[in-house]
Amino acid sequence: MSILRQIEKDLNSGQYTVAELTQAVLKKIAADDTNSFIESFDSSALNTAAEIDASDQTSSLIAKGMPVGIKDNMCFENHGVTCASAILDGYKSPYTSTAVQNMLDRGFVPVGRLNMDEFAMGSSNEYSIYGLVDNPWDASCVPGGSSGGSAAAVASGLVPVSLGSDTGGSIRQPASFCGVVGLKPTYGRVSRYGLIAFASSLDQIGPFAQYVEDVAILFESICGFDSNDSTSELRTDQSFVDQLKSGTLTGKRIGVPNELMSEKVATSVQDAIRKTLKTLESAGAIIDYFDFKYFDEALATYYILAPAEASSNLSRFDGVRYGHRSAKGQTLRDMIELSRQEGFGDEVKRRIILGTYVLSSGYYDAYYGKAQQVRGVVTQRYSDLLNQYDFICSPTAPTTAFKKGAHEGDPLTMYLSDLATIPVNLAGLPAISIPCGLDSNGLPIGFQMTGGWFQEQSLLQAAYELEQRLAFKPKNQFRMDPLL
Amino acid sequence: MTYELIIGLEIHAQLNTNSKLFCPAATDFGDSPNTNVSPVSLGLPGALPVLNKDAVRMAIMAGLALDCDIQERSVFARKNYFYADLPKGYQISQFEFPICLGGKVHLDEFNKTINVTRIHMEEDAGKLNHQGADGIAGATSSIADLNRAGVPLIEIVSEPEIRSAKEARAYMEKVHQILSFIGVCDGDLEKGSFRCDANISIRPVGQVEFGTRTEVKNLNSFRSLERAINFEMKRQIKVVESGGKIIQQTMNFDDVSGETSALRSKENAHDYRYFPDPDLKPLLVTQTDIDQVKSSMSELPDAVRQRFSSELSLPDHDIKVYLQTKNLFNFFESARLKLNVASAKDMSKWVVGELNALLKTDDVLLERLSQDDFAALIDQCSSGDISTKMVKDILPRLLKSEPLTSVLSALGGAQISNESELLSIVNSVLAANPDVVAKIKNGKVASANFLMGQVMKETKGRAKPDTVRELILNACEAQ
Repeated sequence: MSILRQIEKDLNSGQYTVAELTQAVLKKIAADDTNSFIESFDSSALNTAAEIDASDQTSSLIAKGMPVGIKDNMCFENHGVTCASAILDGYKSPYTSTAVQNMLDRGFVPVGRLNMDEFAMGSSNEYSIYGLVDNPWDASCVPGGSSGGSAAAVASGLVPVSLGSDTGGSIRQPASFCGVVGLKPTYGRVSRYGLIAFASSLDQIGPFAQYVEDVAILFESICGFDSNDSTSELRTDQSFVDQLKSGTLTGKRIGVPNELMSEKVATSVQDAIRKTLKTLESAGAIIDYFDFKYFDEALATYYILAPAEASSNLSRFDGVRYGHRSAKGQTLRDMIELSRQEGFGDEVKRRIILGTYVLSSGYYDAYYGKAQQVRGVVTQRYSDLLNQYDFICSPTAPTTAFKKGAHEGDPLTMYLSDLATIPVNLAGLPAISIPCGLDSNGLPIGFQMTGGWFQEQSLLQAAYELEQRLAFKPKNQFRMDPLL
Repeated sequence: MTYELIIGLEIHAQLNTNSKLFCPAATDFGDSPNTNVSPVSLGLPGALPVLNKDAVRMAIMAGLALDCDIQERSVFARKNYFYADLPKGYQISQFEFPICLGGKVHLDEFNKTINVTRIHMEEDAGKLNHQGADGIAGATSSIADLNRAGVPLIEIVSEPEIRSAKEARAYMEKVHQILSFIGVCDGDLEKGSFRCDANISIRPVGQVEFGTRTEVKNLNSFRSLERAINFEMKRQIKVVESGGKIIQQTMNFDDVSGETSALRSKENAHDYRYFPDPDLKPLLVTQTDIDQVKSSMSELPDAVRQRFSSELSLPDHDIKVYLQTKNLFNFFESARLKLNVASAKDMSKWVVGELNALLKTDDVLLERLSQDDFAALIDQCSSGDISTKMVKDILPRLLKSEPLTSVLSALGGAQISNESELLSIVNSVLAANPDVVAKIKNGKVASANFLMGQVMKETKGRAKPDTVRELILNACEAQ
């Protein structure tokens, strides 16, 4: 299944124009009350759509005219971008991020920016100045986070695809909660230029869709070496769609960490994962269980490194050049302090304080230095495991979507919801979450597959084949017909 | 009690690159505020740094010139602090792993070598223009100009081996000479391209431990450095002698009053929270890279000094001028090879004297002067074909790209030294000025100068002065 292929067919057969498609999507967004979109890019989207309609019709870009939503932390020239934070209220970027530019070059039409946890810090989309986002499966539940809006917009059929970013699970966990597919690429695969940084050594942009094929199409459109990002990697393998359907699960070795099939994970989630593993087995894959050993250490390490980098990355928001500037304050110091005090939310402040502390003189070696060492150990562990296994599979999240407000005032429990996703970011590996079933409340469960560095091709192939066998039914598929 | 001064210097030199350390924005000085900027140097959300290779090449050149070990792996770190001229809230610098370690600078006049601890690369901050007052004190507001933000710097840290203000000055001058001469820094102190922080302490002679030091920031001239150190030394001695203690603090030096004053004490010192910049990979430099830089480098000042002195017998003053003025050095080095008669020393006298003076006054360009014509001019002067006076007349015209041959023919040819030709002119001048002739006869020999001037006028300056003088004096005596 591919929604983008269907739209392509419709456009080619003249069922509707790109302008009509864009207009319909914008109408849908305007009528939506799940709060997944912060702003729709009405005029620029319609202009782009008209340009595409007027342009050479012979070019065969599959992405031509496809509507896409982008997370509110990616810069797009002359468009607002705020990271769902008051500190960037009213800010418009004077330049376009590389990922968005690559997507534009392929013909995608950005239709709006999507809700998120402030500065991508959170797992429920509850830390946003724009308010909570409904989970399309149950409006009383959160969509996950931090890319909650990106996942929910796709799950509710507002857009066929969207972009999110993943620092510790921010694509995969909401994909899991919303019953959609989400890919976190290998660190260095997609340029971070123009992605407003949370934790530079962990951040990676990635796609959301309801089907693996659409994820592959969007992924192929955004990736590639970028001389504006020193951590971007020059790779020759950049086409993932052509070979998507020619993989096989037969003989694939799959490792499952015991820790993620234990009491740390909800029973209903474990059951669904076990069923999925059986499906893999019946497709010819070989399942093996192992002890990962370092989940607790990985979590602790992440909550040192990510805040440390964030504390420095967020220093540029000082009220001097752009964004919120406090009207109070008589000195430069006061102005900076008050602007940040007024502009940042509690979770962001919590992480800045944490990060500032672990980098402070006298504490650096004990925290940051040690965490870097542990990161090396975790990465080495993955390297060894990936010699043994083709993929490491587990639940994406320990639970299904929780109720709004369930973890209010309890950030540590919230942090645990990224237990299965965080170690992957520490190692910089690619991982995908695909929906594999529902719990007794009818909420979707995500299955996480982690592959070797830059092995997105085989990861997508495996996910595609598994998807065919699971035949998961999306909640609200993106449809064009009822709008016409 | 007598005290010994202990000084260590941190020199900041702007690298002479076209673009900034981490983005393509220009480094030009003096442009309209906030025009040489990019998303990176403005610290806009989402912008990322990309290292300028040319800056790395220049940092390696500086390291080689100061006899450092170039490190095959160095790491950029973030130095975190808030200030209005620091767009990202951190400065990208090298901390734990700098690009150069070790090194030395020899001070000839003190016959002493100062060891260099390290050289690291970093980006400069922007500039605040304070409104309504000269400095930040009393200003009503300040406007940030980020043209300088991100300009590449190297910081050269010396060991605390300097023992006097004069030594400190000599060290700063020597480093300045080396970096300017090899072309990695324009050396313009007024623009702030080359500046210095001094760490200063005193200890009783004979004591082994160092005293508590103070750091005087942003000394932007050799003279300020010397004055600041001398003032700070006296201040510290006064504090100690009156039973007080030196407080470790950062100081400012006021050029007008000649005094230092405290900026902030150690208790209020920043905790910069250095950590490796995750946006940049470690900088790896291979031995091949280093060799390549080395082979592309020009001769170092010490070698030039040695060669000019022993091989060309140039006076120290000339050598000093060449080491300060790279384009003059380049001109001399190639023009002197075109000489046939005159010596390099003869030519140097003209280059350092007349030519250098002309270059400083008018809007003349050295590039317009033909090396062949200049060498021919000096040759003809040395062989006596033209006078020094003529050289002075001709040189400005050569600088306007007039060919030597046409200048000479416009003047009517080369110098007139033929006595019979000159004698008829001398006789007519004497006949026209009997009163002056009388003076000379009465012993006022100096009055001959007036008559010489008349002869020169008649010959358009081409008469050989010595011969004319002799002819005048002889003729007067004979009358």
